[in-house]
Order: sequence, then C-alpha cells, then structure tokens
Amino acid sequence: MTSGSIGARQHGSLTWLVLPALLFFTAFGIIPLIGVLVLSFTSWNGIGEITPAGFDNWVSVLADPALVHALGVTFLIMALSWLVQTPMSILVGVFLAGGQRYRAVLAVLYFTPLLLSSAAIAITYKALLDPNFGLGASLGVPLLVQNWLGDPVLAIATVVFVISWQFIPFHSLIYQGAVRQIPASLYEAARIDGAGRVRQFFSITLPQLKYTLITSSTLIVAGSMTLFDLIFVLTLGGPSDATRVLALDMYLRGFRGNMMGPASVIALIIVVVAVLLAMGIQRLGGKDANESRMEGA
Amino acid sequence: MAAPTSATADTRPAASVPAPGKAQPPQRRSVTAERPNYLAGVGSFLLLAIIIIPIYWVVITSFKPQSAYYTSNPMLPAEPTLENYQAVLEADFMRYFANSVIVTVGATVPAVLVSFMAAFAIVRGGRGRFLRFTNTVFLMGLAFPLQAVIIPVYLIIIRLSLYDSHLALILPSIAFAIPLTVLILANFIRDVPNELFESMRMDGASEWASMWRLAFPLTRPALITVSIYQGLQVWNAFLLPLVLTQSSELRVLPLALWAFQGEYGINVPAVLASVVLATLPILALYVLGRRHLQAGMTAGFSK
Repeated sequence: MTSGSIGARQHGSLTWLVLPALLFFTAFGIIPLIGVLVLSFTSWNGIGEITPAGFDNWVSVLADPALVHALGVTFLIMALSWLVQTPMSILVGVFLAGGQRYRAVLAVLYFTPLLLSSAAIAITYKALLDPNFGLGASLGVPLLVQNWLGDPVLAIATVVFVISWQFIPFHSLIYQGAVRQIPASLYEAARIDGAGRVRQFFSITLPQLKYTLITSSTLIVAGSMTLFDLIFVLTLGGPSDATRVLALDMYLRGFRGNMMGPASVIALIIVVVAVLLAMGIQRLGGKDANESRMEGA
Repeated sequence: MAAPTSATADTRPAASVPAPGKAQPPQRRSVTAERPNYLAGVGSFLLLAIIIIPIYWVVITSFKPQSAYYTSNPMLPAEPTLENYQAVLEADFMRYFANSVIVTVGATVPAVLVSFMAAFAIVRGGRGRFLRFTNTVFLMGLAFPLQAVIIPVYLIIIRLSLYDSHLALILPSIAFAIPLTVLILANFIRDVPNELFESMRMDGASEWASMWRLAFPLTRPALITVSIYQGLQVWNAFLLPLVLTQSSELRVLPLALWAFQGEYGINVPAVLASVVLATLPILALYVLGRRHLQAGMTAGFSK
C-alpha cells in the first residue's frame, strides 16, 4: 500500500510516533477483543469475582432458542433495512448530484437527520407514534392510528422505518459523492449512441456505483449487527422480544441480567458474524473492493 | 411543494456549479444528464417530506404548552411558549451539555492528534517492519465492530478505577476512533509531494518539524473532516455512557435525553424541547460549515 517514498532509509526514528495510537488501540481495542473471548469461558456477574466456567456459557447460549430468535430478528431488520435504504439512497443520491442550485438547498434540509443522535430520534418517534396522543391520533387519520410499537409485526416495520429515516440521508450522501465522480464523457458517449435515461442509469451509473454500493451495504450490515441505541430507547426489544436484536440481547444479558459470560458469547457471535458478512460482501464485489474502500475520503 | 417545476427545471446544459462558500473541498463536478429525471425528482420530494415532517413536528410541538399538546392541531403551531425550554434548562441541561462538550473535545482532539502522528509515521517510514505491522493492525481494526466488545472495556475501566468518570468515556472513544482516522489521514499525507519533504530536509528540518510544519497544514481539510466525523460519533454515543457511567451529574446529552424522557414522559413538549436543545449546537455547526460537516459525516466512506 505504501507508495515507496524515496527518502525512506533513515526513518527508523519515526517508529515511536505510532506508539501513542497503538497503545490506545491495544488497550481498548485489541485487549477487549481477546478479553471477550476469555470472558466467554468464565462466570462473572459484573461486580464480583471472575471464575472459570469452561464451556458452560457456550453450551447454554447455543442451546438457547433466544439466540436463534435474536439472530433471526437481527437478520430480518438487516435485510429489510437494506432493501428499503439501498434503492432509495441511490435514487436520491443520483438526484442530488445534479448541479441545480435548488437541489443544493434541498440537500441542506435533507441531511438534517444526520445531526440527530439515535436517542433523540427514538424519543421523537416514540412520541410521534403514540397510538393515543401521537401524530396519527391527533390528525384523526385512522390508518396512522396503530399500535406501532405494541404489535410484533408493526414494531419490526416501525424499527426498519426509523432506521431508514435516520440513515437514507447518510447513504444518499455517499452515493451523491460517487455519482459526481462518474466521468461526464461516459454519458456523452452513451447519448451519442442513443441510450436513453433508463439505459444510461443501468449501463453507466449503476456499474460505476459498484464500489459505493459495496461500501454502503457493508455499513448497513455492520450497523445492523451493532444496532443498539435506537432499539434500546424505542422498544427495549419489545413487544415480548419481537425486536430484541443481538446487541440488545448482549446488553440485557450482561448488564441487566448480570451474566457477563453468556453476554460475552453473544458479543463474540456479533463480532464473528459481522466480520464474515463484511468479508462476504467484499468477496461478492470482486477482489478490488478492498482497494476501493482503502482509498478513503 | 413544487415537485413538477423542479423536474422540468433542469433542461439546461449541465450547469457548472457556482459553489457558494469559499473553503469547500474540491470534487465539485456536476455530471448528470440534462433531461428531467421525473422518477428521481418525485421520489426525492416525497422522501424529503417524510424526512422534514417529523422534524417540523418536533420543533413546533416543543413550543406548545402541555395543555395545547393534546388539543391543538399537531401540524400547526399553537400558543407558542418558552416554558418547555425553561423547564429543560432548569433540569440541569447546561451541565449535561458541558459534559458532552468535555467528553467530545477530550476524545476527539487526542484521537486525531495521535492518529495523525501514526499516519505520518506509517506513510513516511512505511518500509519498517514494525510500522507495516501497525498499519495492518489498524486496517484490521476497521473490520471489527468495537461496540460489541463493551463488556471487557467495562471490566478494564473498573480495574483502572475509572468507572463513572468522564475519562471512562474518553479513553475508549479515542481508541475506537483511531483505525478510521489513521486510514483517512494516511491517504492524505501520502498525497503530499515527496519533493516538499526533501526540500524541508535540505533546509535541515527534522522529520518532527516537517510533520508539524508541512504535513499538518497541508492535510488541514482532512483533519477538520475527520475531527467532525469522530466528534459527531462521540457526541451522539449512547452505549459507552450507558455502561460506563452511573451518576446523573456525569450524564452526557443522549443519556440525559433518555433519562429526561423517563422522568417527564407525559410532558411530551418538554421532552421534545430537550431534543431540540441537544441538537442546536450541531445545527449551528451545520449552518456555519455545512460543507465540512457533510464531508465529515461521510469521512472515509465516499471516495
């Protein structure tokens, strides 16, 4: 990766410059990653002593139907939010990449959800969706008066909606940047060949957005695996575990149920599944994908 | 809104965008086709409405007295009052605000500085075995969801006797920010022409001096961008403060909002006023430096 800088001979003295960063990352990144593996073989209530527990946590967690349920909910929310967010973000990204000034004005409004914390968004929607006093009830629109967070199916739909509300602007922003970098000559050539808008979109825009699609999808997958703040405030996993995703399951087992061992097992499952999925997406996108991501800003 | 006009408005040739503000990053090339794109236009306006309506509702409701909340039309302002804001400010809001500022600045500034030093070393001394190894460690760190390892972080914080302190939030936040920040900054430092470093050396400057006097100013846009991105991450973080702090005096804003909702849940306008107040500082930043902030929000994810 390093573009061999010529004067790189006598730079041994530079090594110490990485030490502060490496120290921080080791202390709160690498050691915890190893620590979570160790803790998964121990028994700990969060306060008292840590005692070895062999494979007990693994056996109990893997045999627990709650794990399958949490995995299922996580994957369902992941798949649905990908399906909602990806087409809409591409559409909006392409639209906002246009040069007209009014679009720039729209963009200012459009990106406001990016400023809000997940906690603020969850609090807002909790009030907004209240079946008795929320927006639907006060407007008297029966369709909007549902027990949005009290019905298992509706609760999943609501969570997916709120996630999409929060993150479509973010992904649109990524696509917008990528669309602007597509060489205009490609479109000119296509027009000379008589390709229409739809044709241009599918044979130029979309293929050119391939790496952005990979990046965006990776972020959606990684985000779903660690989805916590929003669900914690909005539903706390309810109604009756209908929205209990893995990260919430880990928190509730560990910090509410005082069982850090099983919670560490869940944490490891999150890490392993997230890494595998990310690698899978990169693989799907061809081997250059890594490079494109590494190019950074 | 004016959906139809919008779609027809773009019949002129791809406008060269007159970029307003001065200090915007480059990459402003308008490229899309010239004919109206009705599908994208209508879809975008619809989506815009969906995005704006809840925000509009939050703002107008936060100015309603609690009594009017249940009786007035939810989409129209009614009996505007500042009493909710007053209630929120009296509920120690400024303390939580200060806590958030302390933690955000305390985590972001060191994170960006140590990452900058590391990125500089990795780029300028990249042949060294140890530096290459460090680079690989950081790159791998990008792939791991660090939020998932909160339990051992909690254990480490307890063992360091830092539980329930601001430092408990600052130290892990610095660590979590490092991999992406190093990656982005390394890419920018790599773009600094080698000749500039050479001429610095001819003038007898040490690597340390050329790091701060040459690389640092030349990567300023990237430094601002990553600082904003990481600052937003810390400012909005919820899980770390939830797990690593306990006392109400130490609460950061997202946690305070959540606690506030628990206590004042029935007083929806007051809860929403707290949401508005918590977002105002970022909104102010957004207005002042929209381009930097937008670039910052996608730091490293858009090519």
